[in-house]
Amino acid sequence: MAVATKAKSQTAKQPTKLKPQKISGAEIVYRSLEREGVKYVFGHPGAILLTVLDLFLKRSKIKHLLIRHEQCAAHMAEGYARASGEVGVCLTTSGPGATNLITGITDAYMDSIPIVCFTGQVATSMVGNDAFQEADIVGMTRTITKHNYLVKSTDDLAETIQEAFYIARTGRPGPVLVDLPKDVLLGDGNYQLPEKVDLRGYKPTTKGHPRQIQRVAEAIEKSKQPLLYVGGGAIHAEAHSEIVKLAETAEIPVTYTLLGAGAFPSAHELSLGMLGMHGTAYANYATMECDLLIAVGARFDDRVTGKVSEFATRAKIIHIDIDPTAIGKNKKADIPVVGDARQVLVEVNKLIKPQTRPLWKKRIQNLRTEYPLTFDSPDGAPIKPQEAIVALSEEVGDKAIITTEVGQHQMWAAQFYNFTFPRQFISSGGLGTMGFGFPAAIGVALARPDKLAIDIAGDGSFQMVMQEIATAVQYEIPVKVFLLNNATLGMVRQWQDLFMDRRFSEVDFESSPDYVKLAEAFGASGRRIVDKEEIRPAIQEMINTPGPFILDVIVDPDELVFPMVPAGGATKDMIVRDSRKKILQGKLSALPDN
Amino acid sequence: MRQVYSILVNNHAGVLSHVAGLFTRRGYNIESIAAGPTEDTTITRIVIVAIGEENELHQIAKQLRKLYDVREVEQISYNQAVTRELVLATIKAPLSRRSEVIQLANAFGAQVINMTDDTVTLEASGNDHKVRTLLKAFEGYGISQMARTGMISLPYDGMPEDWEPIA
Repeated sequence: MAVATKAKSQTAKQPTKLKPQKISGAEIVYRSLEREGVKYVFGHPGAILLTVLDLFLKRSKIKHLLIRHEQCAAHMAEGYARASGEVGVCLTTSGPGATNLITGITDAYMDSIPIVCFTGQVATSMVGNDAFQEADIVGMTRTITKHNYLVKSTDDLAETIQEAFYIARTGRPGPVLVDLPKDVLLGDGNYQLPEKVDLRGYKPTTKGHPRQIQRVAEAIEKSKQPLLYVGGGAIHAEAHSEIVKLAETAEIPVTYTLLGAGAFPSAHELSLGMLGMHGTAYANYATMECDLLIAVGARFDDRVTGKVSEFATRAKIIHIDIDPTAIGKNKKADIPVVGDARQVLVEVNKLIKPQTRPLWKKRIQNLRTEYPLTFDSPDGAPIKPQEAIVALSEEVGDKAIITTEVGQHQMWAAQFYNFTFPRQFISSGGLGTMGFGFPAAIGVALARPDKLAIDIAGDGSFQMVMQEIATAVQYEIPVKVFLLNNATLGMVRQWQDLFMDRRFSEVDFESSPDYVKLAEAFGASGRRIVDKEEIRPAIQEMINTPGPFILDVIVDPDELVFPMVPAGGATKDMIVRDSRKKILQGKLSALPDN
Repeated sequence: MRQVYSILVNNHAGVLSHVAGLFTRRGYNIESIAAGPTEDTTITRIVIVAIGEENELHQIAKQLRKLYDVREVEQISYNQAVTRELVLATIKAPLSRRSEVIQLANAFGAQVINMTDDTVTLEASGNDHKVRTLLKAFEGYGISQMARTGMISLPYDGMPEDWEPIA
């Protein structure tokens, strides 16, 4: 203790003793990044950033990666943050450099991902003049950032950056943008920081209220048919081991959202897999039958609940979330608990007594047998995307971290890959950003060099971001693209199939690139497969080939994702595989709400 | 339901639009908005009157609290606070009716601040109820122009904790 105090007083004294020395704004940016422990910056240059860029040439502590499109810089920072739990960082220039970030920032905002985006800005004297490459990025990103700043003086720079990182990583995490005018970077300012960040208007509650925690424990003890519903917040809070402990001690089955995948092992006997629009039928039926629903870091999104007034109607709702605005937003909570998911569950677990629920467990088992998650793969038929994912899961398993793009392949990956640890599944949930997975996988590969970064991709999404193969090749990042190529926009096509009498409008790609040649043109490797027998050897080739690799898997374009709860419909309206005929007879052919 | 929000914010550029933006995003009309400095120069008080469903109004308050630049949000019950609004109104008052108008103005404690051959401009202040009654009283004469500041509000000081407002 004495040692610790001494060390603290030493560091506290130093800044007051030394007269603060003025340094350049660019230097302050670099030192601040160093202090925040930043290892990688995903950036694209511009004239305004010259002074900062110069420092990356002179120093080596922080690695700057030259990406090919700013949207991907934001997704790479997200991938890095999602895989590591650390703050991801990007740096782009003013105007188009800044506006190109917007999709990525929105994606991070919707999924609560901590990233800090630095954008160049024209000199403060020019702001508002429609100067060359000027955009009011602070105004534009106001509703898609947790907070944002236009720095007006070099003296404010160090403290602003410190606050930006603090806000991004604490409470419900999220993106923060710092706009850096040219003169602020060029000018000199003080590098002075308060010992501790203390923001008067910002104090997230992390510790759950003891009375509420008591009520949670009582409700669990009284419940006959409880169900845990785990979302992405559980992963941000590192609550996975507490969830396993709670589920096993009180014998509670667990279902998770798309972003909650990995928070509970998929193959655990208490796991029901994903719930919601494309969740397993047994998970969805369990929500209809449970008498207590324990939501942990989840927000009752419309893709999870369907028609919210008919969601979990028999259940008492416990809602644990760090963000008070998430509680009661879509579904009224009977027992709201504001706090960090892990800290709250640690307290709940202290009060929980071991319980068994043989009847409920049996009922779940019956649902599982009655409505299994299946697909057909007749001999001689084209490769089914699901079997390709099952093969990938069996071949690489927990050696890989999986990212996805958005669409059918994303749902199949969530359904059929066997996830064993948190942060193993990285996907764009809230915003549903096509083109997310490939750049995110590059961020993942840097964050977790001990794992294999694999993007399970659709060809529609991949075509939006394929220029980043160049980035992967330049920095020798061994990212693998498992491309489920059906030469169409499968998910929209599926809706046209089910709800528009199979009128396929504007979804089929009549021209697609040769992805093997494309990979080779960039200096990467690739292979195309069309036969089922080739899947496993090709996966081995993919993981054994050094560097970036595209495995182009030609799959059946007519395959649909089931089960499916039509948008705006109730869970009971779920279409399981066998009821497809009913749909074709027009029973469910009305176009859903959204 | 009408709700008065008294919001203390950091005195930074863009905060007002950020706060107002939260209402727009949820599709709510702001009935009035008034902002001005407080006793602390780093803090601005924004008073907003909005109409909406009760649970949505609570949700907005929660969202407001989440904004980094928002220090404090109070949802004020009408009879727990002093509320005032300033109104300037030009009333049609030809010579034949001028004394009537001035008499009515006096009854409300309103001041005459300008007069022409056929109009009288008045300045009046009061709580929500008084302002409404006053405007209603002059409606018959015809109000040719009007400007209102929007409501400002301060909670009553020294209200005992257990005091229950009359709903």
